[in-house]
Amino acid sequence: MSIVTEKEAKKILKKVLSFSKADECECNLNGQLTGNIRYARNTVTTAGEVSDLTLAVQSTYGMKMGVATINEFDDASLEKVVRRAEELAKLAPDNPELMPNLKPQKYAKMNTYFDATANVTPKYRAKAADDGITPSKAKKLVASGFLTDSYTMSAIMNSNGLFAYNVATDISFSATIRTEDGKGSGWVTRDYSDVTKMNTAEASQIAIKKSLGSAAAKELEPGKYTVILEPAAGVGLLGRLFNNMDQRAADEGRSFLSYKAKQDEKNAPKNKLGEKMFDQRVNIYSDPNHPEVPTATFADDGSTVGKTYWIKNGKIENFQSSRYWADKTNSKYNPTASGSHQWIMSGGDGSLEEMIKNTRRGILVTRLWYIRQLDPQTLLYTGLTRDGTFYIENGKIKYPVKNFRFNESPIVMLNNIEALGKPVRIDGNMVPPMKIRDFTFSSLSDAV
Amino acid sequence: MERRDFIKLTGAGVGGLILPITGNMVSAAQLLDRPMDVSMKKQLADVALNAAKSAGASYADARIGRYLNQFITTREKVVNNVVNTESAGIGIRVIANGTWGFASTSKMTPDSIAKTAKQAVAIAKANSKFQTEPVQLALVKGVGEVSWKTPIVKNAFEIPIKEKADMLLNVNNAALSNGASYITSVIFLVNEQKYFASTDGSYIDQDVHRLWAPFFASAVGKSGFKQRTSLGNPVGMGFEYLDGKKEDKIYVDGANIGYNNSYDMVEDAVNAGKQLQKKLAAKSVKPGKYDLVLDPAHLMLTIHESVGHPLELDRVLGYEANFAGTSFATLDKWKSKKFQYGSDIVNLVADKTQPYSLGYVGYDDEGVKTKQWDLIKDGVLVNYQAIRDQVHMIDQTESHGCCYSQSWRDVQFQRMPNVSLQANQEEDLTANDIIKGVEKGIYIAGRGSFSIDQQRYNFQFGGQLFYEIKDGKIVDQIEDVAYQSNTQDFWNSCTQLAGKSDYRVGGSFFDGKGQPPQVSAVSHGCPTTRFNNINVLNTKRKV
Repeated sequence: MSIVTEKEAKKILKKVLSFSKADECECNLNGQLTGNIRYARNTVTTAGEVSDLTLAVQSTYGMKMGVATINEFDDASLEKVVRRAEELAKLAPDNPELMPNLKPQKYAKMNTYFDATANVTPKYRAKAADDGITPSKAKKLVASGFLTDSYTMSAIMNSNGLFAYNVATDISFSATIRTEDGKGSGWVTRDYSDVTKMNTAEASQIAIKKSLGSAAAKELEPGKYTVILEPAAGVGLLGRLFNNMDQRAADEGRSFLSYKAKQDEKNAPKNKLGEKMFDQRVNIYSDPNHPEVPTATFADDGSTVGKTYWIKNGKIENFQSSRYWADKTNSKYNPTASGSHQWIMSGGDGSLEEMIKNTRRGILVTRLWYIRQLDPQTLLYTGLTRDGTFYIENGKIKYPVKNFRFNESPIVMLNNIEALGKPVRIDGNMVPPMKIRDFTFSSLSDAV
Repeated sequence: MERRDFIKLTGAGVGGLILPITGNMVSAAQLLDRPMDVSMKKQLADVALNAAKSAGASYADARIGRYLNQFITTREKVVNNVVNTESAGIGIRVIANGTWGFASTSKMTPDSIAKTAKQAVAIAKANSKFQTEPVQLALVKGVGEVSWKTPIVKNAFEIPIKEKADMLLNVNNAALSNGASYITSVIFLVNEQKYFASTDGSYIDQDVHRLWAPFFASAVGKSGFKQRTSLGNPVGMGFEYLDGKKEDKIYVDGANIGYNNSYDMVEDAVNAGKQLQKKLAAKSVKPGKYDLVLDPAHLMLTIHESVGHPLELDRVLGYEANFAGTSFATLDKWKSKKFQYGSDIVNLVADKTQPYSLGYVGYDDEGVKTKQWDLIKDGVLVNYQAIRDQVHMIDQTESHGCCYSQSWRDVQFQRMPNVSLQANQEEDLTANDIIKGVEKGIYIAGRGSFSIDQQRYNFQFGGQLFYEIKDGKIVDQIEDVAYQSNTQDFWNSCTQLAGKSDYRVGGSFFDGKGQPPQVSAVSHGCPTTRFNNINVLNTKRKV
């Protein structure tokens, strides 16, 4: 048992709540059915399937809270897990930041489940591996890759009568294809909610093309360059910007979004809400009903989730925060979808190819790797290009170049936008290809 | 416990319930329950091995695991979370038709175990159609029924929760009273009760303990904020690590206090508060070439990234190409027997038997007795890290004993053993002795930002504390330091090592590898070490 229907979930959770003696009780039921295949050196190395269903019970007495989980579902086990949560709650110290459970909510329709994805077979996974291995062998290349598919279920019920339920599917694929002499390397990644959109053969061909095209890379001097970041290259820095938009950190002075009061400034704000920090074209939001990156319309605590702008026309429009902090500071609570960190960056209509065509001189970056923060105040990050870095001249890819280390901030990057292309799905987010001027490369790497 | 779950569980203000993926939360009392009887484990393991053999396996191993975690997280004056997790089950690995197969279950009945063993064989047979390199397993003689236990003095799970929470609140108070504006502190305990059995005739019962107690402090000033994390280490020890004994403290004049086999967390928090205030006022480094003197609590991470990872044989051979990457330390360099990885004073050993370390066990997760071996000898690359199905690829017949799985649920594979830089064997120099000889340099303590390319050539590291050295003396705390180098250039610029009494073991609790990813814990020992003429950057940037 790993995925249960809405009716079954309701029945299990009602039974759990019937055992509760605490002031408040909230329970979550999460199921998963996942499969994967991994290959390297042109052969399958591992493959497996995992199924699991877990119940978590959170009991509260006053300001004391305890949590216990179990994966057995007979009546005795259900009662046992409630008693355990209550025992832990009684032992726990008061948590002054504990919030009361929510009242029942009304959720918008969810479109996260696709039958075809839930029914992916080991045969499908094997073919995905073969889509990389066979053409690579034919071209004397070495293929490695990973495909994983998931069918998940989540349900929440609390003692106030709140109930939420959703099922979702996802599939993701990545491949790294290298030349036999190790001088060329190409990479590709794809992820969807609906497997019928996945084409592992087409994706593998991109990695093959990049592998062959990246061999015999030339050295360019490190420095500031105009870059075209493919969506898979931009996602890392944009995601880190999104993850640093917490209101509490900003209010406490520990964020790039903290407001630095001027001398003698009275009633200064604590954060930069409403401040224009980026190029006018920067719009980043979350939307559970986006057709390409659908998510649940409820949050982990059962709150409803709708479309929320985080950055609008370059201005800080909203913060992420806990329910406690929003309540304490009397500010808007903007929950994000359960089981997701989805964000969407708007772009234009142009393709990556058109962007390359319109570039006089620049560097095309396939992906960024090992991104680490250097300074949380300026969101300065370091990392490296990887698996396909090319020099563009007069609208054409001229030759491959050696990989660079970059030291750059997404704040600077989003102020140096030359053009944004059509967003595509990467890691559950929508990311446009971005043409950025003055992107800082600090040194060269010999890595291929 | 996976890294993302740890971060989620220790994070403040997480909405809703918290669900660890690989563990079920249980009460404190239950964590101290007697584990399953060894004879029962043997019976169940034999069910798995017999079922696998009957289904056509030429080899099988079974790992019955009970994995316990406990952590307590605090923030300033508040205890955010007290969590106990338990995960138990069996993982069965087989070879059939020359191919690996693996399956696992949490249902510990003989029927369920036999069914899981057969499923592992079926997966092996199905995958054998795609197999181009049949598994060649290095011979291991069965050891019969044996047991091993981490030599802990105080079982940290047995210390009352209140005592541990109060200790963390004392730490927070110490930092806040001395200059910190905010602090989060955590104590994280791991107990792996692992039983391994194989068709080679081994029945190995192990009880492994690990502990980590970090804090993360920050201070807000007029011009911005600064952060300082703790200088203690994750260790393969019990609660005795937090005794903070005098003999385990190593003082560097004008700079920090280093900790050896025990840690004074409150003292470190006091220093963190004071150092944070100095950080806020410190001058920014002038970029250029400097001689670096690296404290063990910092250098351990540089060793991890620039020596530990590139010498993992699966990376060298391309098995990790799609995720972590490959390695510059290719087989031809090793075969030449003269690849100068570092200067001739550089000796790095792999070791799964090092006391107090995170990687210390009696046997690895495929039943191989652990040992120590050379990786870099007198600066030359001499060996890799390899397990039973890999050693034949480097013309060796004996596994190195560094196979590991993060839980019963996941398949075991090659993981990094402790990799350590040997101390100066001729002179017992101190950090102060080394600093005395430096004209223009920077002394760096604690781990900060770290980034390295996918073949482990180009790296860039930050730290927690930076001190400018002028004419043999530490003159000032400075900020915004990162050094950038190439692995081979860096290790060949190593000119001086402190001695045995300065040697300390640091580590990483969450080293990630594989797809789906798994974590493992690993230590790195080293003395304070000098590297000449290294490129230092200034990381301050106007935005």
